Amino acid sequence: MNRSARRIRRTLRVTGAGAAALVALSACSSSDSGSDSGASSSGGGSGGLSGTVNVFAAASLTESFTELGKEFEKRHPGTEVVFNFGGSDSLAAGITSGAPADVFASASPRTMKVVTDADAAAGTPVTFVRNRLEIATLPGNPDRVASLKDLTGPDLKVVLCDRTVPCGAAARKALTAAGLKLTPVSYEEDVKSALNKVVLKEADAAVVYRTDVRAAGDKVAGVEFPESAKAVNDYPITLLKDAPNADVGKAFIELVRSAAGQKVLTGAGFTAP
Amino acid sequence: MTTPHRTGAAAGRRADGPRRRQVRGGAPLPLLVPALIGLAFLVLPLVALLIRAPWASMPELLTSTEVWQALRLSLICATAATVVSMVIGVPLAWLLARVEFPGRGLVRALVTLPLVLPPVVGGVALLMALGRNGVVGQWLDSWFGITLPFTTTGVILAEAFVAMPFLVISVEGTLRAADPRYEEAATTLGASRFTAFRRVTLPLIAPGIAAGAVLAWARALGEFGATITFAGNFPGRTQTMPLAVYLALQSDPEAAVALSLVLLAVSIAVLAGLRDRWMTAS
Repeated sequence: MNRSARRIRRTLRVTGAGAAALVALSACSSSDSGSDSGASSSGGGSGGLSGTVNVFAAASLTESFTELGKEFEKRHPGTEVVFNFGGSDSLAAGITSGAPADVFASASPRTMKVVTDADAAAGTPVTFVRNRLEIATLPGNPDRVASLKDLTGPDLKVVLCDRTVPCGAAARKALTAAGLKLTPVSYEEDVKSALNKVVLKEADAAVVYRTDVRAAGDKVAGVEFPESAKAVNDYPITLLKDAPNADVGKAFIELVRSAAGQKVLTGAGFTAP
Repeated sequence: MTTPHRTGAAAGRRADGPRRRQVRGGAPLPLLVPALIGLAFLVLPLVALLIRAPWASMPELLTSTEVWQALRLSLICATAATVVSMVIGVPLAWLLARVEFPGRGLVRALVTLPLVLPPVVGGVALLMALGRNGVVGQWLDSWFGITLPFTTTGVILAEAFVAMPFLVISVEGTLRAADPRYEEAATTLGASRFTAFRRVTLPLIAPGIAAGAVLAWARALGEFGATITFAGNFPGRTQTMPLAVYLALQSDPEAAVALSLVLLAVSIAVLAGLRDRWMTAS
């Protein structure tokens, strides 16, 4: 098991390095002027930055990062922020096999560790927001769900995320902390499909992230529960070592961590670290 | 999609008897090279799966109860979906092949739609129709207390939805190739149309039905998108092998490779065993 895993990883790394080298070469030739002017005003400021920055970000950041991307382009004319939103696991796999990314924002420290273990991060990742779990119920909460314990009743169809994905691992942690045993009707493959089972009224409740409840608007009702404090999910962000456009990447991370950036993120339901 | 047609034609041609002719004197290079590339393209990924398989930890990975549950459920559901497809698919194929009615072309297109539809779309459509809040499902729920999502029945329905077109196409092709005069002779001799279908047509098209059933079964066994969308994922109840593979991939790629191999082995065994039988029969 270990040997073959190592072999897979090694092959991946070799192909990844090759791909990264190619990408770096092409990026150098295409954005020469951009990196030059970027270097001259390394502080960030209003002018000086240009070129495309590739941000790989967890799917749960879609709404808030899209907004921050627009804000960034407005502040730095001549730059373009290109997002690749997806599951943190597959993004991390892409980065370690050489995808041309400047910034990686992950939904869990575990997936970030995949990137740092592969020596693909520049510096130490920092936690920029946190996410908590919340119960999503049908609009108006007709079943009067008030606590995590209410979900354990036999009459309620509850869906959880599978334990292999972060929201499922967090839900499991919260249930264990509360000493509760919950048998759902389904373990969903990601947080959005768990939420959508409630949006479609197929399930009565789902344990999802607070940001997802917020994003669903009035299609679901959110119920907070104290045990969610036991399963807070940290979101780390980092600049990548092989970043084709490191200066702009750095500036984008600065915006995310700035007061303005944090305001957008907390507006989406995240909490400050 | 072409295979069932060809099978149908071959089965029909059997009576006249021209056997497949072999190309003599070797294949020309312009055909041989792309053919071999094609073969490699289809086989290489499967070989890679074998090479990367964690053979050492295989016994441990494969003896877990979750794997057996998923495999058992996969086999049961695929078989049930095939039976459902045969019970309602063969009559549907007969209708399309033998009865002239306005809009037949459109109906045929609709029947084959699940072949090209992304399975997830199929799952969403099933939810809209048969979900607890669906067009038909809400009445099933309020009148009979039946809900289909998150149940094994839901898995069978999702698989049948995706797999039945394979059977219908295969049987319809066979029916078109089969000579309708046998049925007509039977009816002029006093048999009712249903008796003629049961006693004359059905035995005549049996190879086509078998071919279609195998295709449908194999498709049902591999079904993923519609199942996870419509029936969800619960070990022992709705978690089939493809779902187990997908979820294992999130946290333990080695386990996913091992599970994939099991599914691959089962599929190859069944397809090889049955395909030989109905290919040589024609």
